[in-house]
Amino acid sequence: MDAAAIHGLLQARLGAAAGECRTTAKQPWIAVNPGAIVDVCRFLRDEPELGFDCLSNQTGVDYASEGLLQVVYHLYSYVHRHAIVVKVDVPRDAPELPSVVGVWPAADWLEREIYDLIGVTFAGHPDLRRLLMPEDWVGHPLRKDFVEPESYHGISTRRESLLR
Amino acid sequence: MSLAGYEVEVQRQGAEGLETEEMTLNMGPQHPSTHGVLRFVIKADGEVMREAIPDVGYLHRSIEKISEKVGYHGFMPYTDRVDYVAAMFCNQGWAMVCEQLAGIAVPVRGEYCRVIAAELNRISSHLLSVATMILDIGAITPFFHAFREREKINDLLEEMCGARLTYNYMRIGGVAWDLPPGFAERTLEFLDYFEPCIDELDDLVTVNKIYVERLANVAPASRDLAIAYNLVGPNLRATGLKYDVRRDVPYSIYPELEFDVPVGRGEVGTVGDCFDRYIVRMREMRESCRIVRQCLAKIPPGPVIARVPRKLKPPAGDAYVRVESARGDMGWYCVSDGSEFPYRTHIRTGSFAAMGIVDRLSRGLMLADLVALISSLDIVAPEVDR
Repeated sequence: MDAAAIHGLLQARLGAAAGECRTTAKQPWIAVNPGAIVDVCRFLRDEPELGFDCLSNQTGVDYASEGLLQVVYHLYSYVHRHAIVVKVDVPRDAPELPSVVGVWPAADWLEREIYDLIGVTFAGHPDLRRLLMPEDWVGHPLRKDFVEPESYHGISTRRESLLR
Repeated sequence: MSLAGYEVEVQRQGAEGLETEEMTLNMGPQHPSTHGVLRFVIKADGEVMREAIPDVGYLHRSIEKISEKVGYHGFMPYTDRVDYVAAMFCNQGWAMVCEQLAGIAVPVRGEYCRVIAAELNRISSHLLSVATMILDIGAITPFFHAFREREKINDLLEEMCGARLTYNYMRIGGVAWDLPPGFAERTLEFLDYFEPCIDELDDLVTVNKIYVERLANVAPASRDLAIAYNLVGPNLRATGLKYDVRRDVPYSIYPELEFDVPVGRGEVGTVGDCFDRYIVRMREMRESCRIVRQCLAKIPPGPVIARVPRKLKPPAGDAYVRVESARGDMGWYCVSDGSEFPYRTHIRTGSFAAMGIVDRLSRGLMLADLVALISSLDIVAPEVDR
């Protein structure tokens, strides 16, 4: 099933929540409103014709100049062998989004990574801790305005300190 | 001194009525069987694990951030470090995502070179995986056998690209160098030598009673569970699902090649247990040999790399490609803003998904089985952390 058909089904069932569909892009995607993401994902998984049983990838992108953080979901269906991309924009100053761990357990670690590196808070996540960075790290390194601290626990992070 | 008169009483204890206080144990980050630097916090009641919580991030080198600083071409050597055991696939994933963003077509000979390199790398990666798994279970000799063969593949790959581990062989638009003179003959010679070696390894371990009993029925993952946790590659195929990105979302020249997709059938235990994950890898090595033979027979003459601008500026947009790495479906996501530096790169790896399911599969296992579980999932720690 192609993106336009999937979008059509979504809109017929969930109305405006499904957002717009960009079929002109090389890899078509559906924009979803933050509040509706869990409903949309559950629908995409449970509708027999769609059957997106696998969250193949989930990641965050910081569009700093537009004041947005974007979470991108790459879904795949092992039943029908088709794929779709779902994108959700959240404001940069209040980046909160419902978690989809209840839909796909694979989102557990992926959302922890996004929280860690991009700084999106996932409401309803069972264990939202940093995954890769140390627990006491301040800031989210993959944000565009992140500045590497001069030192961490008294250890300099400057390259020159290694050359001395 | 005589030991006569000393009585040693051995008590065999069952679990009934003997529940003890829960222990919290630490395993790693420096442990010989964790295959790299990673740590587990284990909650155990005696020898039975309640859960094993992975703690990762020790090898986080911010490879994704580096891509934003070094440009499209400059990032290629860094991709080797994502999965140093199967670096060819990382090369290929990065090259493919850039080609898709910029709309570059790879010459046919370049694709053949890529597939030959990738399949040789798959054999060497599976050899390492199987060898360390056998080692973790407690047998040391087969490890040396497997590594002897692996060195020969490293020799071939070194001829091809000058490196034995971090290849940096592929380029956006093709590969860096054509196959060296006489490479086809030497590779065929190696394959003739290597295929009987798989039988030898099979005789040594696959039918070994101790080995089978350590793996059969240990930590089985059902197909639904594997899909829900996004297990990929051999770990997914072990659950009986015949799915391979090379066959089902074809890329490169794979549609022109003939190969089987081995799946787990629960021959000695449950479908999807540690043994199935092992046997799928053993069988995939034979399929890779078949693929390399076909490629060497069919490779056409011609250029190996397309003309690609030095300063590559793909049009704004994003792309997601999937490559069947040795550790399964590897996803590369790249966002371009039209400049010569990637705006954002994300790599979703097979080990990342496998690490996420360890907690779930470890519940109720014996402590010693955790080692079998980790090695059967073929986790490479740098690939988890990137």
